[in-house]
Amino acid sequence: MLTLTTAQRDAMIATCIRALPNEGCGLLLGTSDGVVHDVVPSVNIADSAKVYEIEPKVLLRTYRRADDEGLEVLGVFHSHTHSEAYPSPTDIGQAPDPTWHYVLVSLKELPTVVRSFRIIDGVVTEEDVVSPSV
Amino acid sequence: MACEVRIPTVLRPAVGGVSVLTIEGTTIGEILTNLTTQYPATKGQLLNEDGTLHRFLNVYVNDDDVRYLGGTDAPVAEGDEVTLLPAVAGGAQ
Repeated sequence: MLTLTTAQRDAMIATCIRALPNEGCGLLLGTSDGVVHDVVPSVNIADSAKVYEIEPKVLLRTYRRADDEGLEVLGVFHSHTHSEAYPSPTDIGQAPDPTWHYVLVSLKELPTVVRSFRIIDGVVTEEDVVSPSV
Repeated sequence: MACEVRIPTVLRPAVGGVSVLTIEGTTIGEILTNLTTQYPATKGQLLNEDGTLHRFLNVYVNDDDVRYLGGTDAPVAEGDEVTLLPAVAGGAQ
């Protein structure tokens, strides 16, 4: 389960819209129970509508920040501009970490769809995305 | 000369579960070659067969990406910290 606020969800969508026509991407910082504390946007250094790669300096900085603040890098989000919010074979092949949450933002149609997945040994499992209880 | 190398979570099983290793070397190429020799389970995950950096590995000396410091020729001095992080990439293609 991934817990994120409406503002964090909107921040991911905004990053992905700003990146158009390319895919947008960023990292999720939070705690190991899947509660997101911050959404960290990245430039897509692949500069492409079909692939993404997080900027290496953003990656290092986010890991350092996680260490400093006692948080973890929980996962990554990226957009599919013309396809469903479901991991592609490329996403599955390059998923580095079985503990990560892989969030997909589909801009294919409105309303924007946000879904989250775990990818373990090539097996994709969707998980719930919930808002924190107040 | 030796420096500390920070190991990402996904590579820790290949190095006995530790998060930091002390490895000898004066360049990134030497460090990664020595690391592979000492921990053969990392073979193919750090360097390509031709000795170049693996496409999906980010290597940093302190705060700098070694791709801008000469790649495997990037010099490493006593006290430098080397960080390895898998690239985070994918896409609809």
